[in-house]
Amino acid sequence: MNQGKLPRSGLGSLVLIAAVLGGGAAAFAYTAGWLSPERLTPERMIAALTPPSGPPLGHRRNHAKGICFTGTFEANGNGAELSKARVFERGAYPALGRFNLGTADPNAVDATVRVRGLGLQIAAADGEEWRMALINPPVFAVSTPQAFHELLIASGKKDPEAMKSFIQANPEFAAFAAWAKTAPWTTSYAEDFYNGLNSFIFTDAKGGERAVRWSLVPMAKGVPVSQADLEKRGPDFLEQEIVERVRTAGPQRWTMVTTVADPGDPTADPSKAWPENRRKVEVGTLIVQRIEPERDGPCRDINFDPTVLPQGIRVSDDPFPAARSSVYRKSYDLRAAEARDYPRTETAKP
Amino acid sequence: MTSAPHRFALIQRVLHWLMAVCVLAMLFIGVGMVSTVAPKYLPLILVHKTTGFILLVLVLIRLALRLHYGAPPLPADLSKTMKLGAGLSHQLLYGLMIVMPLLGIGMLWAAAYPVILYGGIRIPALLPQSDLMHTLLWNAHVYVGFAFFALVLLHLAAGLFHALIRRDGVFASMSLLPLRDRGTQTK
Ligand code: HEM
Ligand code: HEM
Ligand code: HEM
Repeated sequence: MNQGKLPRSGLGSLVLIAAVLGGGAAAFAYTAGWLSPERLTPERMIAALTPPSGPPLGHRRNHAKGICFTGTFEANGNGAELSKARVFERGAYPALGRFNLGTADPNAVDATVRVRGLGLQIAAADGEEWRMALINPPVFAVSTPQAFHELLIASGKKDPEAMKSFIQANPEFAAFAAWAKTAPWTTSYAEDFYNGLNSFIFTDAKGGERAVRWSLVPMAKGVPVSQADLEKRGPDFLEQEIVERVRTAGPQRWTMVTTVADPGDPTADPSKAWPENRRKVEVGTLIVQRIEPERDGPCRDINFDPTVLPQGIRVSDDPFPAARSSVYRKSYDLRAAEARDYPRTETAKP
Repeated sequence: MTSAPHRFALIQRVLHWLMAVCVLAMLFIGVGMVSTVAPKYLPLILVHKTTGFILLVLVLIRLALRLHYGAPPLPADLSKTMKLGAGLSHQLLYGLMIVMPLLGIGMLWAAAYPVILYGGIRIPALLPQSDLMHTLLWNAHVYVGFAFFALVLLHLAAGLFHALIRRDGVFASMSLLPLRDRGTQTK
């Protein structure tokens, strides 16, 4: 045996031990990304989301302005053919969610924020959960999480050339930009479409799989308004309006429509819409029954992580849900640790 | 020559090395997954949660075996402080193997995340959502995790020190290899 023939000197062994330790520590540091500042980490994504004035302490690092709702999801049973998820079996399931604005500023003026969102959690009978976070544009702004990071950096720069060269490098941005420029604004969260944009895989009871996206289609008719007119209604008009609407007009409804991809449709790229003629299945209705302020509301401490999925739904080759899960987790860690900067009313009392 | 008093029982040795590999993997997966936004984040965190939970079960079995079989005595010529250090560090390693998975699971509970393991197995929540509790457990999982890695490195260094420098049979007491004949070793 080699070892027998070459007895190691004490010094040689010490050097070997030191090398093993040093190598182990270096491998750990490398794995943790400490040696690779260029790696796109959740921290860097959050840094890019953070406005120059500093992070919104205690609040979500994006979609920071919002208001909670509770209600039910009424499944009509049509979804059971597409996915074995319990929430698609005919019946009513408790729902909890959050209307929000796509901004890192919790005090943003409503009319200055183009993207509106909806976070939603549906609980199945056995306690299984389905979480999602949807937005009102029909396509996402970019094709990859990396490109989203570049967009945040470019749009944060004063230099107008930065956006120009970003658009040149990411031509897919044009579809989103066109929507942002031309789509009508509405005066109510209740009148907006909310689109999942990311694709997921539905598995049916027989094991059949299909790629899908889904949207919430409002039953309330949209009343278009100009951005200037919306601004005149006040900085927090949307929250006041939804409280008032549910109080006077009662529950608000959305139809959940899933769209099934044909083979070859771009499932990995949320910036590409699927052709209009794809099969659409209405799987149920979201009924929003009660609005509560975020500060003490039930949505405050929920992370609407789009990878919290029931059996029968899983992620596809779309790279966004994984990236979002990683960044949302970090955002949650931060805001939960900063709860003191956003005190609940009970705890704010002396 | 009977090997029983000089070595840990085979099942103890098998568990030691199986868990050593898993704990090291857990530490690397832990810091790797929290520093990426790539698609591999999801399988990594699933493996992290699942393996961490299995390790919790294994360490309890291992402790029971330890109480049943005991451990071979350390070499008589080892100084008192060395023996104390070995004993304390091993207790600490056991403690960390128990505490780390509990912190991990508790942290998810306190954030109102469903804890779903490989195969869709769901662990019901035993803690309510709490910002304060989540922050406490999260920080503990991170910093105790780093301390765990440092202790594992120290333990590894000690193991190699016994194996390569002292050659006192301590490493052999945990080794999976058959005991080598004393004669060939001194040749
Ligand atoms: C890589 C791309 C993305 C990043 C880095 C990102 C980042 C974030 C962050 C940090 C939050 C706050 C999470 C929390 O603290 O709970 C958030 C919330 C949200 N995001 Fe994203 N996001 C991305 C893509 C998307 C996409 C594709 C959609 C829609 C399809 C979306 C819709 C939303 C909505 C609606 C919320 C608010 C959820 C709530 O009410 O809690 N995001 N995002
Ligand atoms: C990575 C995680 C590891 C953990 C958590 C761990 C844990 C432990 C524990 C708790 C003991 C005490 C056994 C008892 O008295 O019941 C032990 C003993 C031992 N370990 Fe490890 N170990 C790890 C890795 C390693 C490695 C990489 C080596 C290789 C050098 C090693 C070598 C040994 C040896 C030689 C013993 C026997 C010490 C004695 O006779 O008391 N261990 N280990
Ligand atoms: C032996 C057991 C375990 C070890 C050694 C371990 C180690 C680690 C390490 C080193 C990290 C990275 C910390 C950082 O750099 O931020 C981490 C993160 C994490 N671990 Fe574990 N872990 C264990 C068990 C578990 C279990 C059982 C769970 C849950 C079921 C879990 C859930 C997590 C989560 C969710 C994170 C990300 C934390 C965050 O930043 O939000 N871990 N773990």
